[in-house]
Amino acid sequence: MQFIYSGITSGSIFALVALGFNIIYNTTGIINFAQGEFVMIGGMLIYTLLSIYGIPLFMAVPVALLLALIIGILFDKIFIKLVKVPNEINLITVTIAAATIIRGLAMVIWGRNTLNVSGYIPYSVISFPGGSLTSNSLLVIAVSLLTAFSLSLFFKKSSLGKAFRACYNDKMAASICGVDVGHIRMLAFGIAAFLGVVAGIVTAPITYVTYTDGVMVGLKGFAAAILGGLGNFWGGVAGGLLLGIFEGFFASILPSGYKDAFAFLIILFVLFLRPMGLFGKKKAERL
Amino acid sequence: MKKLLLIGMLLIFATGSSFAEYRLGALFSTTGPASFLGMPEKQTLEMLVEKTNKNGGINGEKIELFMYDTRGVDAAARKKFIRLVKRDNVNAVIGPTRSGSTLAIKDLAEKFQVPLLSCASSDKIINPLNKYVFKVAPSDKHAVRKIYFYLKTKGMENIAILTAQNGFGDSGRDALLSEAEKMGLNIVADEKFRDNDRDMTSQLTKISERNPDAVICWGVGPAPAIVAKNFKQLQIEAELIMSHGVASKKFIELAGDAAEGIILPAGRLLVAEKLPDSSKFKSMLVDYKNEYESTFGESVSTFGGHAYDAFMIIKKALLTAGKDKEKLIKSMEEITDYIGTYGIFNFSKKDHNGLDKDAFILIEIRNGDWELLES
Repeated sequence: MQFIYSGITSGSIFALVALGFNIIYNTTGIINFAQGEFVMIGGMLIYTLLSIYGIPLFMAVPVALLLALIIGILFDKIFIKLVKVPNEINLITVTIAAATIIRGLAMVIWGRNTLNVSGYIPYSVISFPGGSLTSNSLLVIAVSLLTAFSLSLFFKKSSLGKAFRACYNDKMAASICGVDVGHIRMLAFGIAAFLGVVAGIVTAPITYVTYTDGVMVGLKGFAAAILGGLGNFWGGVAGGLLLGIFEGFFASILPSGYKDAFAFLIILFVLFLRPMGLFGKKKAERL
Repeated sequence: MKKLLLIGMLLIFATGSSFAEYRLGALFSTTGPASFLGMPEKQTLEMLVEKTNKNGGINGEKIELFMYDTRGVDAAARKKFIRLVKRDNVNAVIGPTRSGSTLAIKDLAEKFQVPLLSCASSDKIINPLNKYVFKVAPSDKHAVRKIYFYLKTKGMENIAILTAQNGFGDSGRDALLSEAEKMGLNIVADEKFRDNDRDMTSQLTKISERNPDAVICWGVGPAPAIVAKNFKQLQIEAELIMSHGVASKKFIELAGDAAEGIILPAGRLLVAEKLPDSSKFKSMLVDYKNEYESTFGESVSTFGGHAYDAFMIIKKALLTAGKDKEKLIKSMEEITDYIGTYGIFNFSKKDHNGLDKDAFILIEIRNGDWELLES
């Protein structure tokens, strides 16, 4: 049973990263391979604010989140807008380059050492039937689900959110109706970075922060997005949670050395058998 | 301008070297992922060479040090070794820092017939034995034996192992498995983790289902700290033992309260001041520690101790044998009862490491600090 609890913890992080992938995919049609780096930056920012500048937590979190929005918008302005031929392949390549640059910068700024962020709430172990979770893990799950819910409300209810969805359905039609597509894309990167930083902040006390952390979390989040159906909001969340649980499950019944391999094997099967993902719908196309 | 610089540098090299009698080469990984090992080695060696020269050198001759950075890259180690031998014409080489780099130049040491004193730990460096290759760092099997002897005296027989999937973890796993067989211990679970794993509860749940008396975790970096945290979270009733790979304050900082009570093998240098006054090692270790810390303003590391031992051994050999390479090797093989930072070295024709399980002592983490478990 323990694998379910641990799986939900790591899965809710994959879910946040998957949401970041989905939001950018929906508004631009590209895969942003720097999504994992945003998570790493989140951990680094909170470490810097709390441990180096000694800012209290209730101030540090909003500051970090604000910085996240700025970083996401700058990311769009620097890396995406300047591409002369902005077709999908070029943009995706640019995101890979950007991820490498961000990682390199993080190494220069924060060094190679693993940094420790102390827990935000008092440490305690909560027992469940057949296993246990720490208070910090519960916080991760709660914050992730809360973020996902508020984001879905934003997309459903607010007019800005509706503009996002309009862009997803048809960019041309949206821009004719007065939606500034470029503006929406910029905001999409802002929100994606925001989600990454939220994930980075909540996991930092459990997993620590190292400058290379973005790579694996990015890949797993991408896998979660594929599993749930790329572009599908709740599909991303479900994909993340499922991937986390699968991973824990495989590690507990098979030799644990193959843990990562089996997680990705699942993705292969999904792509073979159900290419649109578990919860994805085929987009209707007029011929 | 470039040419001028080159000529200038050549002149400096030429004039600098013409007076020195003993030419000592060194290869350390002072940058790159193993820089936390290489830097203390480099600084220790520089400190010792300077001190020796100030005190009149060896047999009245000064030592000149030629040191290069391998960046932890095997190919760079090969290149720099050839440079040391051909250009700098050194009498012996200390290093490299990493096992892989040492193994990569093992054949070169034989080809150019230059004594090499590696600071890396792999048993493969001296096994099969190469006449020119020595090793001053203890092997994994020494650490494993130290742990197993402790478990035996405590009457613990069922052991679970949890090893990292990297060079350090794999060689530790080999030693854990083979030594367990020799000592009649049962390995009841054999699990692995990756360096970037952020949750070990799956592996630990599996381990706890087998009811081991002790769990031995072999890894470096943040992953063992996560093991320690998850171990506490799952409230597993077994002794948690780690490898010397976590013998740094960074581990205690990362694992926090979860580090309490963990037992690990480590070099004596870590607890130099806490050794009993009767210990043969104490005064030497405390002196080295104080000198290093006052020179460089950072805390001493057991890895720097490898460079210390290597230098002292080569110094001893040079004192008696001079620079003739064959004589040098012979006199190194004759060194016995040398009290080094990592135990008492007893070299022989067949043993180019000279250490045994007592290179390590067992320490326990208590109140965020190292405490001596037994002598």
